[in-house]
Amino acid sequence: MSADAGTKSGTGTDTDQSWRGIAAGEADTIDSADRIRFTGGSGQLLRELLRPYRRAIWILVAVVVVENAARLAIPYLVKVGIDSGIPPIRENDDLGPLGVVVALVLGATIVQAITRQIFLVRSGRIGQDLLYQLRRRVFRHFQRLSPAFHDDYTSGRIISRQTSDIDAIYEMLETGFDGLVTAFLTLVGTAVILMFLDVKLGLLALLCGPFLFWITAWFRRESAKSYRVARERVALLIVHFVESMGGVRAVQAFRREPRDLEIFDVLNDDNRRANLVAFRLVAWFMPGVRLIGNITIAAVLVYGGYLAYHGEVTVGVLAAFLLYLRRFFEPMMEISQFFNTFQSASAALEKLAGVLRVEPSVPEPVTPVPLAHRRGGLTFEQVRFSYVDGRDVLPGLDLDVPGGQTVALVGTTGAGKTTLAKLATRFYDPTSGRVLLDGVDLRDLASDDLRSSVVMVTQENFLFTGSIADNIRFGRPGASDADVEAAARALGAHDLIMALPDGYDTQVANRGGRLSAGQRQLVAFARAFLADPEVLILDEATSSLDVPSERLVQHALRTVLAGRTAVIIAHRLSTVEIADRVLVMAHGDIVEDGAPADLVAGGAGHFSDLHRAWLDSLA
Amino acid sequence: MATTSRDVGLDPDPDQPPAASVRSLWRLRGYLCPHLGSVAIMLLTSLAVVGTSIGIPLVTRAVIDGPIADHELGPVLPLGLLALGLGVVEAVLIFVRRWVQSTAVLAMETSMRHDLYTRLQELPMSFHSKWPAGQLLSRAIQDLSSIRRFSGFGLIFLVVNIVQVVAVTIVLLGMYWPLGLVVAATAAPIVWLSMTFEKKYVVMSRRVQDQQGDLATLAEEGALGFRVIKAFGRSEHVASEYERQARSLHASSMDKVHLSARFWTFLEVIPNLAVCVVLLLGAIGAGQGALTTGELVAFITLLLSLVWPVSSLGVILAMAQEAMSAAARILEVLDTEPAIVGGDRTIAEPRGHLRFEHVDFAFPDAPDEIVLRDVCLDVAPGETVAIVGGTGSGKTALTALVPRLHDVTGGRITIDGVDVRDLELGHLRSLVATAFEEPTLFSMSARENLTLGRADATDADVQEAIDVAQAGFVRDLPWGLDTRIGEQGMALSGGQRQRLALARAVVARPRVLVLDDTLSALDVHTEKLVEDALRTVLGATTGIVVAHRASTVLLADRVALLQDGTLTHVGQHRTLLAEVPAYRELLSADAGDRVPA
Repeated sequence: MSADAGTKSGTGTDTDQSWRGIAAGEADTIDSADRIRFTGGSGQLLRELLRPYRRAIWILVAVVVVENAARLAIPYLVKVGIDSGIPPIRENDDLGPLGVVVALVLGATIVQAITRQIFLVRSGRIGQDLLYQLRRRVFRHFQRLSPAFHDDYTSGRIISRQTSDIDAIYEMLETGFDGLVTAFLTLVGTAVILMFLDVKLGLLALLCGPFLFWITAWFRRESAKSYRVARERVALLIVHFVESMGGVRAVQAFRREPRDLEIFDVLNDDNRRANLVAFRLVAWFMPGVRLIGNITIAAVLVYGGYLAYHGEVTVGVLAAFLLYLRRFFEPMMEISQFFNTFQSASAALEKLAGVLRVEPSVPEPVTPVPLAHRRGGLTFEQVRFSYVDGRDVLPGLDLDVPGGQTVALVGTTGAGKTTLAKLATRFYDPTSGRVLLDGVDLRDLASDDLRSSVVMVTQENFLFTGSIADNIRFGRPGASDADVEAAARALGAHDLIMALPDGYDTQVANRGGRLSAGQRQLVAFARAFLADPEVLILDEATSSLDVPSERLVQHALRTVLAGRTAVIIAHRLSTVEIADRVLVMAHGDIVEDGAPADLVAGGAGHFSDLHRAWLDSLA
Repeated sequence: MATTSRDVGLDPDPDQPPAASVRSLWRLRGYLCPHLGSVAIMLLTSLAVVGTSIGIPLVTRAVIDGPIADHELGPVLPLGLLALGLGVVEAVLIFVRRWVQSTAVLAMETSMRHDLYTRLQELPMSFHSKWPAGQLLSRAIQDLSSIRRFSGFGLIFLVVNIVQVVAVTIVLLGMYWPLGLVVAATAAPIVWLSMTFEKKYVVMSRRVQDQQGDLATLAEEGALGFRVIKAFGRSEHVASEYERQARSLHASSMDKVHLSARFWTFLEVIPNLAVCVVLLLGAIGAGQGALTTGELVAFITLLLSLVWPVSSLGVILAMAQEAMSAAARILEVLDTEPAIVGGDRTIAEPRGHLRFEHVDFAFPDAPDEIVLRDVCLDVAPGETVAIVGGTGSGKTALTALVPRLHDVTGGRITIDGVDVRDLELGHLRSLVATAFEEPTLFSMSARENLTLGRADATDADVQEAIDVAQAGFVRDLPWGLDTRIGEQGMALSGGQRQRLALARAVVARPRVLVLDDTLSALDVHTEKLVEDALRTVLGATTGIVVAHRASTVLLADRVALLQDGTLTHVGQHRTLLAEVPAYRELLSADAGDRVPA
């Protein structure tokens, strides 16, 4: 296991990083292949994304070929101008041939300008459309995936799929694509023209090809490696930085600063060394290419001079050769830079393709069954469920909650209460058996029907950027201000909200707002009541409230829950008083079931024990 | 400049971009000083490269005009060798520059990042609660990179390109002045175009960046709020909002595409037009014998060699602009003086006698909102006091004052008679340990997380603390205490995290232990076990316990009731329960009528 930790933290450093600890399956590390092709999933994803643009791309290819032809024609025209434009002037002041050539240069310039403009705008549009489609698809996909997926795949990774990965693709589209296409066409076009101009000189010039190929291949391989290491290093640096800033309260309270700085310095220096390796590769590669280019130019100059002396080539050809050779070597720089963006983009596409391949474990029904009678009756039939194979959380649950009943669910941690709630809201599907809402299997219900009927409030009282009113309105997007206020009033949250700096317009994301956990929870409650579902599930929803707020909510619940089915899960039994029925769960089974008073009066059961312990805890 | 003209002690505002100026960049020159030799080498080699890049076309001219025109083969080889020599020298110079540059600028960037991080660690909570970690991160990564890029590349080439343009133009003017004038004239529109383009481009890029940021926020909320979105079935709602934002990003990006398409096209058209004019006039001149053919070839080669230096001036100026604002943003942090600095006193034999003397407190960014007023409390060594109060009564603020996460705005807090502000900060924080309600776990091993406050804790200390906090589950993690937890590691439940935070505070062996509603996420059973174990710890330690529940209050010897920032009652739990209605209201669940029996 220490070997595992060693390979993951890289090979370039021997500093002790045991503080980092061991984690299973580093899902985000890039695989070791320093490939430069889109393979497997990423290739398929790319093809899929490009499919609607096939025609547009062919047009682009045509445009870019014309553009490069015009671009490459200019040195050739310069040659023609020198060879056939100057002699007529010398001989009889005839400007005609030169005029034609200059007009052609001008024409080539204009063609190049127009095609270039078309190419840049069109390829830019395809790139942006593609990004938009990809963003949209990834966002919707994450929303479509089941909570089970989100339980494993941390939110940090979901966010980086949609930010840094998309950015990497954006980077490639913005800078890399144009550069690569132009570089490639320049390379091929120039080689063809050189051979066309003069075969002997052309062959001499192209002798540099193998060397260029070798140095580029070497650089590509090495920079892929070093770049990957550099990216991993900076990722580690970023994690440490963000965590020690985000958790600065704990850092300062526990005098963690020196240790954190020590770790930071190690990571900072690792990052520096990784970048140094990458930078030094460029320091070899760039002058290397230049050296090959300069040697070629010198050779062409000597051999070309020799050929010109013998009258085998004209001065114009020699001039054109030297101009073309310059252009031949320039794109090499572009290509080398493209490798890195290409590598990140390919890794990013690979990760995105992997995520997009995941299918929700809780799929939408193909032919949804409409909900005819909305009464809020909830039935569990022989429901078995396990998160991990072979370890049943619910071994076979039978439960019938008639519409309008308020049920309190009690039991120790791990008894299966939250699992039951997650099955009732179809965050998960049962391994076997059925969960029915008003007689319809949840798996046959359209998501819209299900979500408008069943709403769950948990401890996780996430609030979105926006005002308090916006957040309450999240429960029913069309609701008027009066509806929003009514929902808050029903919960007794109105006064609390009005006491905030801007009342309902107080921005929750604004740190100045200082909403306490309890206040946030009240907003979450109001949100659920505004949604007005037939079935309301409260999973530990009051646990972060202090006693007065909890009491406020309890009182509100009496009225709010009237006519609704409710399943209330609570560690603390204070909630039980409003329940019509109490279910005590243990090891995934219902061990007691009855009206609260009867269970307490029974005297010997789990519930009466719990009740007594709870009374004690109140002191 | 903007950052220094602000009142000392007021933190800068993260939403207000600081003014960028040459001065802010200049103020960071100290980081370049150790590398001045390297900078000199970079500059000299770059200038020498300008020489060679002018030299090679001149050799070409010599070949064409000499051996070829004179029909003399002899000088071709020596001239070729000269071109080769120049070519090799050029490559070596480029290599030297890049090699030296990579070492120097990376070292500079690393030391700036070190200083930035050190300063950020010193800055108090009032600073950090205003600055999201992402904002600081972009300073530590992107801003430092843009300064690095500018000082390693932009600064050098700003000088070199200007020298090259001037030198080549002089050479061209010397060769055939009418054509030289044409070339010099084309430089003007290119520079002008580049500068206006950059200005517009910076504005557009800023807009695109902002929209990308907004989109990232939506992506973040989509991930963090996923369960809420799912529970309400609002996927369509958030997705359409996301798409709306993505479309406006698309529109701005297309504006950017259009602008750069126009610019890059112009940039290529202008030199080509110059080639047209030079070819026309040059060929006529050559025909009339005003210049040689070799000169014409050299001329065009040199002209084309100017395209990059001239057009990149725009890019370099943009880079400079970027580096300036980056420098201003970094100075904004470096210039912020830590508002909370330690004194020089230590307590040799701390007993843990904690006193609040007429303590007032308001958050620095809302000085009119009084959070605590005239709080007086004496906690004897070894005594435990529970703080009870409604939502927003200032409980958490009160506990944050003891380890000086915030400073009192009036009155004082003493430990064993010494004002906490006179104590050495590290010493004070070794005396006080807090277990927070919302515990922060770092992406490190469980052991590293537990020994946060005492790196030299023995394994026995750690095990003991785990037992006290009922956090035995860490031993069952796949790699035990070496398992990585936190965002990048094993996910833990809220209750598990709270227990680890508690164990962390216990490991620190403080004289004063602060529990800020640490047990709220535990179920009744676990809570009871933790409380039993805590009693022994608290028996020997001074304790401040923020409590919502009666069961937690029972850990304490006395209770203090906090109402609207003032301590209204201090006494025994039972006494307060009997005598103070407000207290009863807060803590007593009024068990009698709970379950109709």
